[in-house]
Amino acid sequence: MTPSASTTTRTNTGTATTSRGVLGTSALRPDGLPKVQGRFAFSSDAWADNMLWGATLRSPHPHAAIRSIDVSGALAINGVSAVITADDVPGQLTYGLIASDQPVFARDVVRYAGEPVAAVAADHPETARRALAAIRVEYEVLRPLVDAEDAIAGSFPAIHPDGNVIRRQRVIRGDQNFTGEVVVEGTYEIGMQDQAFLGLEAALALPDDDGGGIELFVATQWLHEDQKQIAACLNLPTSNVRLTLGGVGGAFGGREDISLQVHCCLLALKTGRPIKMQYGREESFFGHIHRHPARIFMRHHADRDGTLRRVEARVVLDGGAYASTSSAVLINAVTHMQGPYTCDIATVDGYAVRSNNPPCGAMRGFGVVQACFAHESQMDKLAAACGMDPVEIRLKNAMTTGDKLITGQVMESVAPVERCIRETAALPLPSALAETPDVLALPGGSGLTARTSNIKRGIGWGVSMKNLMYSEGFDDYATARCRLADGVVTLQFATAEVGQGFVVLAQQIARSVLGVDTVLLEPISTAIGSAGSTSASRQTWMSGGAVDGACRVVRERLFEHVAAVHNIDSLRLAINGTDVVDTMGALRISVATASRDLVLDETFEHHHRATEELDENGQGNCHVAFAFVAHRAVVDVDTELGLVKVVQVATAQDVGRVLNPLAALGQVEGGIAQGLGLAVMEEIVLVDGKMRNPSFTDYLLPTALDAPDVVVSMIEEPEPQAPLGAKGIGEPPCISVTPAIVAAIRDATGKDLARVPVRPQDIVFG
Amino acid sequence: MTVINATSIDEVVTALREYPAARLLQGGTDVMVEVNLNRTGVGDVIALRRVSELRRWHVDDESRIMRLGAGVPYAELERSPLCDLLPALAEAARTVGSPQIRAAGSLGGNLGTCSPAGDGLPVLSACDAVVHLQGSTGSRDVSIHDFMLGVKRNARRPDELITAVSIPLTRGFQGYAKVGTRNAMVISVASACLVHDSEGGSVRLAFGAVAPTVVRARVAESWLADALSLRGPLAVTPRIAQEFGRRAAMECAPIDDHRSTAAYRRHAVAVLAERLLLRAASSNASGGDAR
Repeated sequence: MTPSASTTTRTNTGTATTSRGVLGTSALRPDGLPKVQGRFAFSSDAWADNMLWGATLRSPHPHAAIRSIDVSGALAINGVSAVITADDVPGQLTYGLIASDQPVFARDVVRYAGEPVAAVAADHPETARRALAAIRVEYEVLRPLVDAEDAIAGSFPAIHPDGNVIRRQRVIRGDQNFTGEVVVEGTYEIGMQDQAFLGLEAALALPDDDGGGIELFVATQWLHEDQKQIAACLNLPTSNVRLTLGGVGGAFGGREDISLQVHCCLLALKTGRPIKMQYGREESFFGHIHRHPARIFMRHHADRDGTLRRVEARVVLDGGAYASTSSAVLINAVTHMQGPYTCDIATVDGYAVRSNNPPCGAMRGFGVVQACFAHESQMDKLAAACGMDPVEIRLKNAMTTGDKLITGQVMESVAPVERCIRETAALPLPSALAETPDVLALPGGSGLTARTSNIKRGIGWGVSMKNLMYSEGFDDYATARCRLADGVVTLQFATAEVGQGFVVLAQQIARSVLGVDTVLLEPISTAIGSAGSTSASRQTWMSGGAVDGACRVVRERLFEHVAAVHNIDSLRLAINGTDVVDTMGALRISVATASRDLVLDETFEHHHRATEELDENGQGNCHVAFAFVAHRAVVDVDTELGLVKVVQVATAQDVGRVLNPLAALGQVEGGIAQGLGLAVMEEIVLVDGKMRNPSFTDYLLPTALDAPDVVVSMIEEPEPQAPLGAKGIGEPPCISVTPAIVAAIRDATGKDLARVPVRPQDIVFG
Repeated sequence: MTVINATSIDEVVTALREYPAARLLQGGTDVMVEVNLNRTGVGDVIALRRVSELRRWHVDDESRIMRLGAGVPYAELERSPLCDLLPALAEAARTVGSPQIRAAGSLGGNLGTCSPAGDGLPVLSACDAVVHLQGSTGSRDVSIHDFMLGVKRNARRPDELITAVSIPLTRGFQGYAKVGTRNAMVISVASACLVHDSEGGSVRLAFGAVAPTVVRARVAESWLADALSLRGPLAVTPRIAQEFGRRAAMECAPIDDHRSTAAYRRHAVAVLAERLLLRAASSNASGGDAR
C-alpha cells in the first residue's frame, strides 16, 4: 500500500457537522462537494453561444528587436476572425501592478522568452493554433541579460526605458562598525519556483452590443485591480469593464498580475463576439510570473553566549523582464532579514533587478521565503559556532511583543516566538526507521533504490516571521455587504475565492453574528467595492473584518427594530443561538421572526491601520502586523544516491484564533508541501533566459509519496488588532519549512547545501 | 485526418500500407503529450485499442518463453500473475507515471517511442527479449539489442506494427531500480535492471537514461563471470559488488540536461548496479529479496 500523508493535530477538527457552522467549527465549504465530485465550474469551463477562441503568439527569444510582424497569412485562414498586435491597443500600451511597464503586446522589442507579440480569434482552438503559426515575425536576436549582477554593475545596456535596477533598498540601523565575538557568514541561493496552481489561466469575455463595455469572467486574485488595469488598456471607463470571478483552481500569487485578461477583452471588442481564452500547462509557465530567484550573502554577529547582535546582508532578487511586484517583494525580503529574533544592528542592502529572464512577482511568502532560507541557515551556523543546539539558540534570541525591528518599527503584534519553538519541540518525533521498512516510504520511493544501511536520518529547524497585509502606506481595504430578510442573510463581496475557503468563513461569520442558519452568497464581482487582493495572508483579517462589520451593523439595526417593537432599550438585546434575547428580561424571539417583513442592508469597509514608507535607510513603520511559526523537519537521506524522504514535519503556528479547524489544517499541510517542493525538487531551470522544463513532466511537484506526516499545534493567542482575533495563516506554513528540511538534510549528510532546491548531485558531490 | 479503429493485427497492417505516415495509438501516453504540446500535427491515426490480440500473453510450457502482447498495460504487468513471472518488469511497471498512465500505457509504446528513459526497456535488454514485428510482407523477430538504434529511433519499418515481445523466463533474482528527483511519478534520471539466470549461469545488467539507448554492461558482466561462479547462489562480497558497479558505470555515456548531470548519472548507475548485485546475492541466500 502507498503510504499517504497522515496528520494529527491538537486542534479539534471533529465538530463540523454537530454545530450550525458558526466560527470555530469545521463548517463545510459550499464549493467543497462540487469540487471533489467534478461538478465545480472552473474558469476554463466557461462557455457562451457564438464564442470564438483566443490564442497568444509568444516570443521564442529572451531578448530580440522586432523588425516586422506580418499577420496577413493568419488573416487569410478560413475561420480566423481577428489578429491583433500592439497597434490594436486603444488605450495604455502597458500594464503592471506597481509600475506600468509591461506591454500588452511587445512592439519594438521582446524582453523575455514567452512575451506576447500577437493574439488571434478563431472558430476553433486548432484554427487559432494554425493562425499563430502563420504569423511572420522578423526578429533580430539580441544578447540577453541573464545575470542579475550585470544589472547591478551597470555593465549591460538598459533593456527597458525604466532601467535595469527596479529598486534598491537598504536597511541601516545601529553601530555600523560593530563586530561580534562570533561571526558566521554564507552565501545562499534560491531557485525560481512556480506557483503551479492546478486550474490553468482562463477567461471568457462578453462584449456589450454597442462595443462600449465588456463583461469578463476570469480566474484572478483581485478583481478591482484587474478592472483598473484592463480599463486603462482598453481606453474604457472603469465602470464599463465588469468582472465576475470565474472558478479559480489555486493562485499562490500567480494570478495577481494580468495574463490573458487584456488580450481576451481586446479580441472580444474587435470581433464583437464572446471570446474564450485558456492556457495549457506549458503556456501557463510563460503566462504568469514566478517566485524571484535570489542570491543572498549574510553575516551574523553574536556574543559568545549566542546573543544575536548584528545582521549584515546583501540581497539580490532577479525580477525578470518586468517590474510586477518586485519592489514590494524586495522590501519584504530586506525588512525580514533578522528573522523572528531580537537584533539591534543591521546592515542590509537589497536589489531587485531587471533581466531577460521570465518576470517574477508574487508567490506565497513574498520575499520572506528567500530571506528565511538565508537567516535560518545562518542561525544553524551560529549555533554550531557558539556550541549550542539549534533550538537553544533560537529560544535565546526569540523576539517578543514590544521589540524593535531592524526598521525601527515596534513589534505590536502578538509574538509568541518562544512558544512556537517550545510547542514544536514538544510534538512527538516519528518512530525510528523500521528494520523491514515499507520500501515505498524510503528515499527513492517507488524507484526501489534504497538500501537501509545507506540511509541516515536528520533533524532540522526553521522559524519565521511574516508580515500580514500590504505594506508601505498602502490602504488595501476590503468591502462587504450584508442583507438580512426573513431570517436569511445574503452576503456580497469581491473577495477572490481562490481555494482558501473565504466562502465558508464568510458564512460562518454571518451565522455567528446574526444567529441565522442560511447564508447565501452573491456572485463575486466588481458590482461591489474592492476587497483587495487574495494575497499577503490578508483576506480573513480584511474581508473577514468587512463581513463581520457589515453583519454587526445589520445586527444593530435588527436590535433597534426589535427594541422599538417591544419598547425596550436595544442595548439589552443579544443573539443567543438563532434567537434574539433580552439579556435583562424574558423576551426571546427567533431571528427569522424578528426579521420578517424587514430588509436590512448594510455595506461596510474594513481598513487596517495606516503604515509608512521606508526612508532611504530602511527605517519606518512599514508593516501592519506579523505572524510567526516554527517548523521541525525529520528526513531520511540515502547519502550515497542523494535521495531524500521527508518523514515528518512538526509545526506550531501563531494563528491568533482558529476560525475553521479543518480549513486551517488544510492551509498548514498545503503550505508545508509547497515549502517541501522548494526544498528538494521544484525549480524552473533556465539556460540563457530559456525555460528548460515548462511542464509537469519536468517541473516536479511533491506527490503523496513525497508528502510528510504533519503534526500540528495551533497557537491561539487572539490578536487584538485583528477584527476576529485571527491572523492570516496562508503564507507562514510554507516559509520556514524549507530551511528546516534543508537543515535536516545537512544534519544527515554533513554537507553545506547553500542552495535550494537541494538536488541529488548536491548531496552526493556537495 | 483519418482515424482507423482496427480490430485485428491484420487490419492494422493493411491500414499501415494505406496510411504509412499514420500514428499508431495504443495508450496515447506519449502521442497525446506530443499533440498537446503542438510538437506533432494531428494527422492520420490507427487506433489499437480494439485489437485484443495485442493484450494477450502466454508462456510456452516447453521453452519457458513468455510471449507478451505489446498492448498489455503496465497495470497488468505490475499485478499477479505477471509480476510473479517477470518480477523486474513488474518493478519497472510500478515506476511508470501514475496509476492512470499505467492503465493506458504499455511496452509497445515504450518500444515505439524508444526513449532512452523508457522504463520497461532496461528490463527487456537484461532479459535478452525479442521484439515481434508484423508488416505487410510478413513478420520478423528482432533482438531488443538490434531494435533500439538511438534516441527515439528504432528498427521498426513504417509499415510494421510491434505486436509482442518474447522474454525467456529464468530462475534466479531479477530486480529493477530507478533514480528520479521525487519518490514517485518521475522520469528516470538513471535506471538499472539486473537479471541473474542461476541455471544458465549469467548475470545481465542493463542501464536506462545514461546513453542514447538503453545499454548493456557487457564488460562488467563478463568481468563478474570471471570473478565468481554465476550458477546457483551468488557468493558476492561487498568488494566485488562495488567493483562490478564501478566497471559497469564506465560502459554508459550520460549527458548533462535539465534533469541531472552526467557525473551524477554515472555515479548513480554504479550505485544501482552494486546494490542490485547485493540484492541478488542476499536473495539467493535467504530465498527472498532482502534489502
